[in-house]
Amino acid sequence: MSAEIKDVNGDKERVGVYVCHCGTNISAVVDVEDVKVWAGDELSDQGVVVSRDYKFMCSSLGQELIENDIKELDLTRVVVAACSPHLHEQTFRNACGRAGLNPYLSELVSIREQVSWVHTDKKMATEKAKAVVAGGVQRVIENEPLEPLHVPIHPSTLVVGGGIAGIQAALEIANAGHQVYLVEREPSIGGHMAQFDKTFPTLDCAACILTPRMVEVGEHANIELLTYSEVERVDGYVGNFTVTIRKKPRYVDTELCTGCGICWEKCPKKVIDDVFEAGLGYRKSVYTPFPQAVPKYPVIDTESCIYFHNGKCRACEKLCPTDAIKFDQEEEFLIVDVGNIILATGFDLFDARRIAQYGYGRLANVFTSIEFERLCNAAGPTDGELVMRDGITKPKSVGIIHCAGSRDRHYNNYCSVICCMSSLKFAHLVKERTGAEVYNFYIDMRTAFKDYDEFYQRVLDEGVLFVRGRVAEVTDAARLPGEEGKLIVQVEDTLAGKQRRIPLDMVVLAAGLEPRVDAKEVAKKFGISCSAAGWLTERHPKLDPVATMTEGIFIAGAVQGPKDIPASVSQGAAAAARILGRINRGEIELEPFRATVNEQQCSGCRICNNLCPFNAILFHEDSMLSEINHALCQGCGTCVAACPAGAISGTGFSNEQVLAQIEGLLMYSFSSGADLLEMVPA
Amino acid sequence: MTEQFEPVMIGFTCNWCSYRAADMAGTARIKYPPNVRLIRLMCSGRLDPTFVLKALSGGADGVLITGCHPGECHYIEQNYIALRRYLLLRRTIAQMGIEPERIKLVWASAAEGVQLARAITEFVEEIRTLGPLNWPTQIRPQAKHIEQPAAVEEVLA
Repeated sequence: MSAEIKDVNGDKERVGVYVCHCGTNISAVVDVEDVKVWAGDELSDQGVVVSRDYKFMCSSLGQELIENDIKELDLTRVVVAACSPHLHEQTFRNACGRAGLNPYLSELVSIREQVSWVHTDKKMATEKAKAVVAGGVQRVIENEPLEPLHVPIHPSTLVVGGGIAGIQAALEIANAGHQVYLVEREPSIGGHMAQFDKTFPTLDCAACILTPRMVEVGEHANIELLTYSEVERVDGYVGNFTVTIRKKPRYVDTELCTGCGICWEKCPKKVIDDVFEAGLGYRKSVYTPFPQAVPKYPVIDTESCIYFHNGKCRACEKLCPTDAIKFDQEEEFLIVDVGNIILATGFDLFDARRIAQYGYGRLANVFTSIEFERLCNAAGPTDGELVMRDGITKPKSVGIIHCAGSRDRHYNNYCSVICCMSSLKFAHLVKERTGAEVYNFYIDMRTAFKDYDEFYQRVLDEGVLFVRGRVAEVTDAARLPGEEGKLIVQVEDTLAGKQRRIPLDMVVLAAGLEPRVDAKEVAKKFGISCSAAGWLTERHPKLDPVATMTEGIFIAGAVQGPKDIPASVSQGAAAAARILGRINRGEIELEPFRATVNEQQCSGCRICNNLCPFNAILFHEDSMLSEINHALCQGCGTCVAACPAGAISGTGFSNEQVLAQIEGLLMYSFSSGADLLEMVPA
Repeated sequence: MTEQFEPVMIGFTCNWCSYRAADMAGTARIKYPPNVRLIRLMCSGRLDPTFVLKALSGGADGVLITGCHPGECHYIEQNYIALRRYLLLRRTIAQMGIEPERIKLVWASAAEGVQLARAITEFVEEIRTLGPLNWPTQIRPQAKHIEQPAAVEEVLA
C-alpha cells in the first residue's frame, strides 16, 4: 500500500481518492493499484492531491487513513471508491466529520456492486472503475457543505392492523408511555390468530394466549382502539403525519352498549359467517365475530339486516336495555397526528378453488386449512367436534395436502412458511381427537426454528403417515374396490417410486399465504413499495427488515412476507423498538436534499407549481415568485429539472454535480483509453 | 477481424428503485457488460433532459434512463414526468439527426436486479449494433476542446 501524493495545486479543491480492495471482493476483478495510480496521475488536474488503496476502507484503520489525510494534507474533498453508498455512505461521512470536514463534501462511489461483482473482464472492469472514480472526483468538487435536517417526532404512533403483530407493536409502544392509535378493519382485533385452535409446536390454545393481549389493548389508557375503521388518507412526512381514519357506522352507540348480547340473541336473521367461521358457521345480522371480541360492541351488517332491507323488524332496537342501537349512525372521519406508522395488515389465504383438480368447493369433504382450524376449535361451529361436511360423521382417514398454492409456478413460487408446521399440527389433532389414519402429502418438510423439528418427530412417532410427492388429483370417481364413497388422492410417491391411489374420508388443503387483495393500494396510500406479488418491501432484507424506504413507515408481520406467529410478534416488537428510539430522541436527522428557488432568477411562470406531488411549492401572488417549503419538500428534484429559468437548485443533486459527474464518467473510454479525456467539454 | 465496438453509455438511476436494483444485481453476482456507467439521482423525475444531451455530446453512445414502475414512485408520480420527458427527448434527438434508439427508458423496482441486468445487456447490444455516435468528433470535428452544443449551453446558462 503506497500513496500517490501530489504537491500543492493552487487554489483548487484538494481531493483525496481512496480505493478499497474489500478483501478480494473488489481487487479480484478490478486492478485496484492501477486505479489508484491512474487517479493520482490523471486526475491531478482535477484536484486530486492524494490517492490511496487499502484492504478495507471501512475498517477503523481505513477511516483513520482518511481522517489523517484530511488533517495533514488539508483535503477539502474526499472520494471513496468501494461498496454501495447505501451501505457505507454514512461511515465515510462520519469519518470526514470527525476530521473536521463537512460530511457532505465526500462521495462514495460503487466499484463493488456496480463493477467487480457484475463484470468478469478484468481490463474492462478496471477501466470502468477508473471512469466511476473520475465521475466521483468531478462531482465531489461541486458538492456543497450541508447540514442534516432535524425533524421533530410527534410522540403518537399509528398501528394499522390488529392482528398479533399489530397488537404486539401497539402494546410495546403504549407500555412505554406513548399514545397509539390502533386501526382495524374488522369489528374486532385478533386477526387470523383468533381463528386458530392450537398453535404449533407447543400446542398452546391460541385464544388462551391471544385474548389476554386483546383485553390489554382494549383497556390500555394509551391505546385508542379504532375497530371497524380504515385509513382513508395519509398526509405529511416522518415525524408529522396527519392521518384521516374512516370509522364505519356500527349502528351501535359504544357509549351506551354494555355488550350484554341481547341484540344478537334476539336478532331473527341468521347468515353464514364467511369471515371468521370461514363459511362453516352462522352469525346474526347484529354480531360480534367471536365471544372474546375486543371491543365487545357488536356491529350491524346492513347487507343482511332486515331493517335495512325493508324498514321493518328493529327487534334489537326494541330489546336493547340501554337503547344503544342507532340506525341513523353515519360514518365518521377522525383526523389524528402521528409521528410514525406501523403497517401490520397481514395476509389473505390462498383461494383453494383455484386448484380445480383438488376439488375444493366441488367435493364436499375437501376442506381448507382455515376451515379445519374452525372445525377443531372448541368455540367453533361444531364445538370442536372433528366431523365431515355432513356435520355428524367422524372421518376414519384424513389426508393433508401441503403446498396448496405455494411452491407452484401456476400459483405462487414462494414457500408459505407456516403450512408444514400447521399440517403437522392438524395431523396431531386428528390423531388425538379421532384416532383416524392420517396421511401428509408433502414436497419437502420444512421444520426450521426452535422445537419445530422435535414436533415433527413427535408426530412421526404418533404414527402419522408421510408420502413425499405432489398430489396430482383429488377425485370421487371410484375405480378400484374400496374406493366407493371416498375421496381418492392420486399421488406419485417419489420415495417409493410409484403411483398411488389412496382412498380417504376427508382431505385438508394447507392453503398458502397471499398478500392482501388490496396490498398494492395500501402500499400506494402509505407511499411505500411492494413486490410484484404484493408483499410490502422492507428497507433491507437482512439488516433492516421492519423499516421501509419511506421514513416513518414501518412494516411488521405477514404483510412483509409469509410468517408464523413468533416471527410476527418479533417484528411487531422490533418495529415498536425502532419507533420508541425516535420518540425518545424527539427528533430524527434527515438528508438535507431539498430544492430552493433563487428569487433573482424565478420568472413566476408557475411551471413547477403543478409538478410537486407534495404541494411544497407556494406561489406568492404579490411578488409573482414561487417558494419551496422545506418542511414539505422531499427532495425528488422534479421541479429542479423542470424550471426553464434554471432558478431552482437541488442540494445534494445539483445540476453542477450531475453534469460534472457525467463529464467524469465519460473521461475514460474503452477503445481510446485516456484519449477522450482531452475531448471532454471544458 | 476487427475489434468489437465497446460503447460507452451513461445510465441514470433512481435512488429508491433502480439504483437498489443495481445493488441487488451486484449482491447476487448477476453479470452484465461493463459499458453502462450509472449515475444516482433521487428520482427519475430529477432527470433534466440536459443531462441526456450532455452525456451524448460528451461522448456517450447511449443513455439509459431507469425509474420505478408506474404507480410505485417513491415520490408518488414523478416517474410519469420522466416518461413524458423521455418521449420528448427521443423526438428531440431524432430532429437533431441522432437515432432515438440511443435513449432508452426501463422501469426497475428495487427487487428487480435480474431484470435490470438483462435490460442493460440488451441495451448495450442495441447500441453496439447502432455503432458509435461520435458526437464530440463528428459534430465539431476540429475542436480539441469542444464547446457545449449551443442548446445545452443555453439551458445551462
